Amino acid sequence: MNRKETRALTAGLPLNRREFLKTTGAGLTFAVVLGPAAFSAAKPSYQESSIGAWVTIDTDGGILILNPAAEMGQGSMTALPVILAEEMDADWNDVRIENSPIEPELYGNASFRMIMLTVGSFTVSGYFDQLRMAGAQIRRVLMDSVAREWNVPRAELHSEPSAIVHSSSNRRITYGEIAAFAESPSELPDISESDLKDPESFRLIGRSVPRRDIPAKTNGTATYAMDIHVPGMVYGMIQRSPVHDGRPASYNKAEIQSLPGVLTTVELDYGIGIVAETIHDVLKARNVLKIDWARGAQADGFNSRDSQAEYAEIPGSGRVEPRSVTHTGDVPRAMRRAAKTYSADYLSDHVYHAQMEPLNSVVSVTDSGVEVWAGSQAPYNVRTSVARVLDVPLENVVMHQCYLGGGFGRRSVSDYVVEAAHLSKAVKKPVKLIWTRPDDLQYGQFRPMNLQRMEAGVDANGTLTAWFHCIVGDGGGLLTSGARIPFYGIPNQNIELCSMSHGVRLKHWRAVGHGFNKYAIEAFLDEIAQDQGIDPLEMRRNLLKDSPRALKVVEAVAEMADWGQKPTNGRAFGMAFAERSHSLAAAVCEISVDSDGQIHVHRFWCTVDGGIIVQPENASAQIEGAIVLGLSSTLLESITLSDGSVDQSNFHDYKLIRMSQVPEINVSFISSKERPSGIGEPGVPVVGGAVANAFLALTKKPLRHMPFTPERVLEVLG
Amino acid sequence: MAIEFTLNGKPVSVDVPSDALLLWVLREDFRLTGTKYGCGRGQCGSCTVHIDGQARFSCRSPMSAIEGKSVTTIEGLSPDGSHPLQKAWISGQVPQCGYCQSGQIMRAAALLQENSSPTHEEIVTHMDPVLCRCGTYNRILRAIESVIEQG
Ligand code: FES
Ligand code: FES
Repeated sequence: MNRKETRALTAGLPLNRREFLKTTGAGLTFAVVLGPAAFSAAKPSYQESSIGAWVTIDTDGGILILNPAAEMGQGSMTALPVILAEEMDADWNDVRIENSPIEPELYGNASFRMIMLTVGSFTVSGYFDQLRMAGAQIRRVLMDSVAREWNVPRAELHSEPSAIVHSSSNRRITYGEIAAFAESPSELPDISESDLKDPESFRLIGRSVPRRDIPAKTNGTATYAMDIHVPGMVYGMIQRSPVHDGRPASYNKAEIQSLPGVLTTVELDYGIGIVAETIHDVLKARNVLKIDWARGAQADGFNSRDSQAEYAEIPGSGRVEPRSVTHTGDVPRAMRRAAKTYSADYLSDHVYHAQMEPLNSVVSVTDSGVEVWAGSQAPYNVRTSVARVLDVPLENVVMHQCYLGGGFGRRSVSDYVVEAAHLSKAVKKPVKLIWTRPDDLQYGQFRPMNLQRMEAGVDANGTLTAWFHCIVGDGGGLLTSGARIPFYGIPNQNIELCSMSHGVRLKHWRAVGHGFNKYAIEAFLDEIAQDQGIDPLEMRRNLLKDSPRALKVVEAVAEMADWGQKPTNGRAFGMAFAERSHSLAAAVCEISVDSDGQIHVHRFWCTVDGGIIVQPENASAQIEGAIVLGLSSTLLESITLSDGSVDQSNFHDYKLIRMSQVPEINVSFISSKERPSGIGEPGVPVVGGAVANAFLALTKKPLRHMPFTPERVLEVLG
Repeated sequence: MAIEFTLNGKPVSVDVPSDALLLWVLREDFRLTGTKYGCGRGQCGSCTVHIDGQARFSCRSPMSAIEGKSVTTIEGLSPDGSHPLQKAWISGQVPQCGYCQSGQIMRAAALLQENSSPTHEEIVTHMDPVLCRCGTYNRILRAIESVIEQG
C-alpha cells in the first residue's frame, strides 16, 4: 500500500495516539478524533489501541466507524454506527465497522457514567445523543475544510451521502477527497441540538440497515472467544464447588497430574483447575478429578423449595424488616375504606441465563503483559479485574472483545476471565478455559426465586384505590426491579421488599426483576378485573387514563390483536402491560390448554413504544426474541437447589423452549420522535402476565406460580 | 491412532484418541470452529454436522465411528457461503447472537437434501432438536420456507 503522511484532525488527541496515527501507514488516512470535549484531555491508558477515534476516513473514501458495545445478538454493532453515519452523512456502503478499544474515557456510554457496559437495553438509547453529536461534528469539520479550500461560505455548502456539494458552482467533493487536504481545527466545532438533522430527513435511522454481523453468522466465520486459537495455547477446565462459596478440602492431585497431557492442577478458592495439552486430555482428566469439599458455606443445607414455601410467612410477621420501594398515600386507610379487598401470593422460581455459548475465555499471561480474548458485556471490568488479581498495571492488560454467544446479563461479570488468568499464570502459556454446559448451569448466577404478596382495595365502582406489594426473597435490587407501577393511577401504594439471604449466586437476567414482578402485577390486576366483571382492557384504560403514552400502547396492541373478538373453542386471550428500560410494551396472547396440562400459546401480539426506532427490523427481532425467551421462562424454566447444590445440569432437565412451542408473533412499534429507549428487554416482562391472564380467561383459575409447568397447571385445574 | 475420513470433500487423517469426540476434533484439531459446543449431550444441536449426508450431533460422535465417513461442516456447506439457506438467513436477518446458527443451517440443509418440499409440520419436527436462546425460531422457519418456495 501507498505509504504517505497521515493527516489527522487531532483535536484533543493524546500525543502518543497522534504519533500512532502518523505511523500506522495503512494508506493515507484522515482521522477525526471526536468525543465529548470533556474527554479531550483523556490520558492514554491503552498502549495497544489500534485507532483512538470514533471515525477514520481513508482517502479512497472508506469510512471506519468504531463500535463501543458488546455484540451479543442485539445488533447494536450495526445500530450505533448507523446513528453516527446518519449525522455525518456517510454513505452506508462506505462504512466499515470495527470494535473500539476498551477505553471508557473515550468510548464509554455518556448517559451511563461513561462506562463500557452493555446491559439494561441502554446501548442505543445511551449512545444516541453522543453519536449524533460526534457525527455532526465530523460533518461540520469536513464542511469547514471544504469552505476554506474553495473559499466559499460554509452556508452555501450542503452534504450528500459521503460528499460535500456547492450547488451554485456545481462542485462536488467526496469525503475521501477531502481527507487528502483537510486541516485539523484547534478546537472541535460547537454543535447545538438545532444543527442536528430533523428526524424527518433521516436516511438511515428508522430504515432497517442489514446487520453487519449476520453474514459471518451464517457461514461459521463469526469469531466467539470459544473459537480463538493462539500459538502455544493449552486447555483448561475447572471443577467448581457445587455449593456456592464451598471450598475444596482435598483432591486426587497426584493421580490427575500423572494423566497424559496434564500440565498442572491449579487450586482456586472455590475449585480445582486442570490445564492440559489438548482439549481431549483436559476432558478426560476432568472426568477423573475427585474433590472432597469442606462444609461450612452459608448455602450448605439450603433447599430452595422449602425456603420458597416459607416465604409466605414472612410479610407482616416481623421476622424481616421490610424495606420500602415506594410509598404514596395511606394504604391502610384506603384498605379499610375499600368496598372490597383482594389478596394473592405469586411465586417465581430461580431462572438460568442459558446463553448458548457456555462461558469461556482465552488468556495469555506473559512477563510483558496479559492478553485476553473474551466476549464480555463488561470489557473494561475484564481488564481491571485481571489487572487486580494478577497485580499488574492496567495498561498491561489488553482485551480483545469477541462476539458473545448470548449474554442476557451473565456476561457482565468477569469470573470466567479471571479464572483463565489464574490458569495461564500457572503454566505461563495461553490457556483456553472452557466451561462445560453443566459447569455453566450449575455454577450459574440465577434470576432469584421470590414470592410476591399482592393486596388491593377497590371502591364501589371497582376502581383501584389501594395497592400493597411485598416481594420476599434474596437478591435486593434484582427483586425490586419492575415492582413500581408508575403508569397506573392508584392513589395509595405501598411497595416493599423483605430481603433474605441464602448464600446462592444471583444475577441480572434479561429484564431483571421485571420478568416476575410484572407477571404478578398484571396477573393480580386481571384477577381483580374478573371478580369485578370488568374487561381487562377496560381495567387498564381506567388505570392509564393519566398516562396517554402508555394508554396508546395498550390501545394499539388491542387493535392489532382485535381484542374483544370471540375466541375459538378452547382458546382464550390475555393481555399485559409493562414498562422497561424507559420503553412501554403491551401484549396480547392466545392460548389453549391440553389434557396433560400443557399450555399452548398460539399467537402473540406485542406493541412497543421505544421512541425513535433506529433499526426497525432488528428491533422487531429483539422483541420477538424477548417474547420467546419470556415464554420459555414462563412455561418451562426452573432451577432448584437441594442441600445448596443445583439439581439440574443440562438441557434435558433444564428445558428451553423449542421451535414447536413458539407461537406466531406479531410486533408493532408506536411511531415516535422521542429519543430511543431500550429495545432488548421490554418484550420479556409482558409475557408472564399475558399467559396467566389468558389462562384465567380460559379456565377462571389463576396461575400463581411461574413457570406454569403441566404439573402446576393440572394442580390448579384440580 | 490415525483416523481417516473425508472432511468437507477432502480426505484427511488425524491422530487423536479413538474416543475423542468429533466436535472437539473439528474445532480444536482442524480449527473448523463454525461447529459449536452447546451442551455435549445431544440436547441443543449447536454442534450439528452432516455425517454421510445425515444431520448428526458431533458432540455425540466418537472418532472411532467417523473412520471412513464423510463429514460436512458449515464451512463446507458451500464454498462461499452462498447455499440458498445461507442467503435466506441473511435476507431474513435470522441470526442474533449467531451461536446456534451453524447448527440450525446444517440441520435445515440436511432436511432439504432429503425432501425438497417438506410441510410446515415436517420442518418444525425436524428442526426441534436445535435450540436458539435468542428466540430466532420464527425467522428460521420463514427462511427455510422461503427457500422451499423458491424451489
Ligand atoms: S453440543 Fe451437541 S447437541 Fe449440544
Ligand atoms: S441466535 Fe443466539 S442462540 Fe440462536
